[in-house]
Amino acid sequence: MDLFSNLALGFYTAASPENLFFCLVGVLLGTLVGVLPGIGATATIAMLLPITFQLEPVSSLIMLAGIYYGAQYGGSTTAILINMPGESSSAVTAIDGYQMARRGRAGAALSIAALGSFFAGTVSTFLVAIFAIPLTVIALKFGAAEYFSLMIVGLVSSVALAHGSIVKALAMVVLGLLLGLVGTDIYTGAPRFTLGIREYADGLNFVAVAVGVFGVAEILRNLEGEKTRTVLMSKVSGLWPTREDFKRMVGPVLRGTVIGSALGILPGGGAILAAFASYTVEKRISDKPQEFGQGAIAGVAGPESANNAGAQTSFIPLLTLGIPANPVMALMVGAMIIQGIVPGPNVAAEQPALFWGIIASMWIGNLMLVVLNLPLIGLWVKLLTIPYYVLFPIIMAFCSIGVYSVNSNVYDLYAVAFFGFVGYVLVKLRCEPAPLLLGFVLGPLLEENLRRAMILSRGDPTTFVTRPISAILLLIALAVLVVVFLPSVKAKREEVFQEED
Amino acid sequence: MRSLTFDSTNALCGAVFIGLGGFFIYQSLNLDIGTALRMGPGYFPLVLAIILALLGVVILVQSTRVEGEPFGPIALRGMAFILPAPIVFGLTVRGLGFVPSLFLIALIAAFASARMKAPMAVVIAIAITLFSVVVFSYALGLPFQRFGPWVRF
Repeated sequence: MDLFSNLALGFYTAASPENLFFCLVGVLLGTLVGVLPGIGATATIAMLLPITFQLEPVSSLIMLAGIYYGAQYGGSTTAILINMPGESSSAVTAIDGYQMARRGRAGAALSIAALGSFFAGTVSTFLVAIFAIPLTVIALKFGAAEYFSLMIVGLVSSVALAHGSIVKALAMVVLGLLLGLVGTDIYTGAPRFTLGIREYADGLNFVAVAVGVFGVAEILRNLEGEKTRTVLMSKVSGLWPTREDFKRMVGPVLRGTVIGSALGILPGGGAILAAFASYTVEKRISDKPQEFGQGAIAGVAGPESANNAGAQTSFIPLLTLGIPANPVMALMVGAMIIQGIVPGPNVAAEQPALFWGIIASMWIGNLMLVVLNLPLIGLWVKLLTIPYYVLFPIIMAFCSIGVYSVNSNVYDLYAVAFFGFVGYVLVKLRCEPAPLLLGFVLGPLLEENLRRAMILSRGDPTTFVTRPISAILLLIALAVLVVVFLPSVKAKREEVFQEED
Repeated sequence: MRSLTFDSTNALCGAVFIGLGGFFIYQSLNLDIGTALRMGPGYFPLVLAIILALLGVVILVQSTRVEGEPFGPIALRGMAFILPAPIVFGLTVRGLGFVPSLFLIALIAAFASARMKAPMAVVIAIAITLFSVVVFSYALGLPFQRFGPWVRF
């Protein structure tokens, strides 16, 4: 069977000593930043992107992917032990996980989270492997019009899932698209929005924008009100869940995996939404709903499985269509482009080792996380006591080195400072930066496909609705937009994001 | 620090987007717009910029109807020390070279937190510099000059 020979190739690639090493580095770094509240996976990947350019493409993508799902694991540790989500996707885990910890069951909560995540990771890795090829086949039929419509779906969904005001999120997407257009026009060679600075003729450096908007802005936000964290317990005992615990976690884990996998595929979706959806479902179908919020096992097992499954399956649109589902995937697109790989349906055919290697590495990385994390929990807890002010100079130094190493262009460093400032201002104005980054990555692609589609259709804009796939995609985008603006959904949406804060 | 209300946050936000939209509209008008069939370099950006400005207007109008929420503290000290770090690195990395330049920016960024003490900052900056030189310069082999022309005798 094709699937198995492909997976075999993947495991062969991912299991080379070098790739194993970078996978390990990735998951450890990911756990590290996941554990530390305030520094998210997006910021870390943005900062570490440049460093990976020195590596082979496969190793670099394996490591970046490892950071992403490692952060999901690490985030839950913080959520359980100090009632503060290390990652936004583990916000739900904090509700019941922390209550379990207060009752002296921190160990069980941590291992339930880890085992649930591992199971979900395994299932969703297989899902990625199974769906990747058929979707690639469909994607190869896509023309310019379909690509344009697909990107519209992605952008609209990212708006729907952003925090806060929808109008602001739309404005952020548009601003991101505009920033993405800075540089030389591909058809005519005319410089656009470069303000006469020749160094920006190739466009704004993606890494500089990402590091500025996510990394630097996040540091500034951390510096606003410096707080000291208290760790609930320094010693965690009784790691292994009891037989009773196991019995009670099976259902939630299975349902969480299904919910997470489904929501992860949606553009703009991913881990955060999956965790919330799973918690809601578990609470609704539970025969003891009053337990939720008091340390229910299902309230830890379900969302933890869901966020991990969502994190994995959000690779599907990236690997098959080249369309990022969330900001982290947008960063992966950036990483692929700089490595000289054009993300999209051709990757599977042209670079099978890379494609399947990444998929296989996800499972290996998940295994590493389970094996490593439970024994290392003591170490992660100690990390929480490191004062933050030590981290800021470290991060700034690595950012600067990293950004400069991409092109040895000092203007990229000025762009980091500029976008750090812009990012911080936008955060203060309650604008979510995620849609901006997605727009920035998709801007040039969107314009290119729009112009190409218009030329192919001889200037007839109905081409987007007369081609069936394109029409369906645009209908989906429209439906999403209508749904978010419905008053009832709008109220519910605000409620969900309220809980998250 | 004066505490602003949610209204003014949104009003400011709308104004910022209108301003940015206006800037991009102005810049796009200097480019060739073209036709829908053969779009010039200015066509797509102009459309986007107009949408951005319109969204800014919507946010501005909405801001008059929403209840207030505080603006929160602003990390002025953070901005004063964090933002210059990459700029200083950009200005000095070619002249001073990788090692002194990195030490300098680590030291600057260290003072972003009000809790940092001077001796501690120096220790951290030295540690970061040593680590980075070993990892980036020697192990990963990034092609940076360790010491630049300004500090060579």
